[in-house]
Parts: sequence; C-alpha cells; structure tokens
Amino acid sequence: MEPVKIEAVQELINRFANKEVYIHLETTNGSYASHFDEKFFNAGAFIRNAKVEYELGKIIGDPPSRVGLKLGSLGWIYAQGITHYELDDQGRLLMAGHDHQGKLAVSLQISDTPFE
Amino acid sequence: MIEKESHVLVVFPHPDDEAFGVSGTIASHIKSGTGVTYACLTLGQMGRNLGNPPFATRESLPEIRKKELKAAANAMGLTDLRMMGLRDKTVEFEDDEKMVNMMQSLIEETNPSLVITFYPDYCVHPDHEATARAVVRAVHRMDETTRPKLHCVAFANNTGEELGEPDVVNDVTEVMDIKLNAMRAHISQTAWMLEDLEKRLGENDPEAIQWVTQERFFNYRFDQGYE
Repeated sequence: MEPVKIEAVQELINRFANKEVYIHLETTNGSYASHFDEKFFNAGAFIRNAKVEYELGKIIGDPPSRVGLKLGSLGWIYAQGITHYELDDQGRLLMAGHDHQGKLAVSLQISDTPFE
Repeated sequence: MIEKESHVLVVFPHPDDEAFGVSGTIASHIKSGTGVTYACLTLGQMGRNLGNPPFATRESLPEIRKKELKAAANAMGLTDLRMMGLRDKTVEFEDDEKMVNMMQSLIEETNPSLVITFYPDYCVHPDHEATARAVVRAVHRMDETTRPKLHCVAFANNTGEELGEPDVVNDVTEVMDIKLNAMRAHISQTAWMLEDLEKRLGENDPEAIQWVTQERFFNYRFDQGYE
C-alpha cells in the first residue's frame, strides 16, 4: 500500500462507479482494546461482500481522508481515516486507515468480484 | 518436569496464539517423542498489524499468516498442523453445536491424553472464548473415565483474583530458543513485542525471563458449566 494521493484514489473510485461492486467495510480498535485499558469502550463493525452500485464516489481531505459512496437514492457508504491505498493484483481497490503505530483502524475495499 | 503424554491436542483460533504461552510446552512434548496436533481455527485475517509502513493488506494478510503459522510449526518441530478454515472474529457466531462437533471429531481422531486451549471467561478475545467453550463442551460430554486432561490458558485481568494461581507451571527453559523462534515466525504480528522482549531479555529482566521460561495452565474446573 502507499500513502493516499487524492487525485489517484479519486480516479480509481470513479472506475468502480455505476456498476455492481462488492464492498468490504470495517472499523476496529482491536479485540484487546478494553483488555489493555478497561475504561476504553470498544466498538467496531465490519461488512464483507455487500453488493452495491454507487453513482458517485469521492475522497476528500488531506490524509487521513474521508471516502463517501452515494448509492443513488438508496443510501450511503462512508469511511473516515483513510491513509493508504492500493490497486491490488486482482484489480481491487483497497483503502485503509492505519493509526500512528501502523495498526489498521479502518478499511474500505471495492471489488468487481466477491472477496474470498 | 513436564508430565509425559501419549498425544497432545492444541486448539486455538489464531496463528500466534500458540506461540506466546504454549510453544515451549509443545516443543517439549515433541522433543520427548510425544505427538502433537495443533488445530488453528482461523488465519487471523482481521489482524491489525500490517507493518509500519504497511507491507500487507487486509486481503494479503491471510496468506502471510498462513506461511508464518507453518514456519512456527516447523520451528516447534510440529508436523500435524490443521487449519480449520474459519474466519477471524466470526468464531462465536458459528453454530455452537457445529463447533462442538469439530472439537469432538478432532478428539476422536487424535485420541489425546492432554488437550490445551484457552480458559473460558478468562481469555479476553471473543474468538478465544468461543474456541474455549467448544473444547470444554466437547471434553465435558465425554465419559469422565476417558476424558483427556484439559489445560487452559487464562490471561484476563481478573484471572488471578478469580481463578487463583495456575495449577500447572511448565519449565520450558530448555526449549526457550525454540519458543523465541516460534514467536519470531509470526513476525507480522510480533515485531514490536519481540523488539521489547529481546531488549529486556538482554538486560536480564526477571519478569521477561520468567515469561519465556515458564508456561502456566489451569486445569479446567468442570463444575463451572459449558456442558
């Protein structure tokens, strides 16, 4: 993965617009967050292989950036804290936010085919 | 002195779960000629450590961790490694009976005199808890006379307060290098931790030395549920 370059990521997001795509969306503090700090309220969520079609996708803000995908009149997909991206060897757009220690905090991935 | 077993079955959900608290015990059994089966339920697909700067992605991590798991098995001399095909963070959402059946099949096939897993309610990660519950249920349902011993790893913050002192403490000093190599094999997950540990070992920090030379288990207390 490499650090986000807004124009490059925007161009990739555009490539997946207006067709059926599979989404992986995840936020996490790690399963040990409340073990190391009992006052920490641990929350997170993930969806793997949601099948959607977005008409408009944008990446905004100096990294850590925000990415929003507008699903026509149906709804939205949103991720905050995106720092890195990669178009992987299977042509999937992988975006991720890594915290100050490099640990993954958020992930938003877009693919033409289901994630295995 | 570690008690001699006829066969040992180790069940954990993530590659590297075996490395920290059990790899010395596994290596000791293998060294003394006892067969060890390690069933690892997931590939740790949802791990947060991807390198800094990142060298892995959410999608490349499972393959990396699979290689690391095999390397750790090699380091311990373990030849019977089973990758059970579940997904990280989802173990507790699998059907409970399916999970018990998986453990029963492993036990029936490998016929262990000792089973090692986590201690339910004292192992922090939801995947650990789900794995431990399934193993305990499978062993609990066996006839008391044929049950293998069940040694459980507990590390929740309330462990000492509620379970007391561990009743099995294995001295693994003799295989300490193997244990360190097993931890090193999982380098994508252990790099930061090892840097700190090796520094402390270099300074002869007693807590660090104890951590790598002693492995601590609780016999499961079957009066506590999960039947």
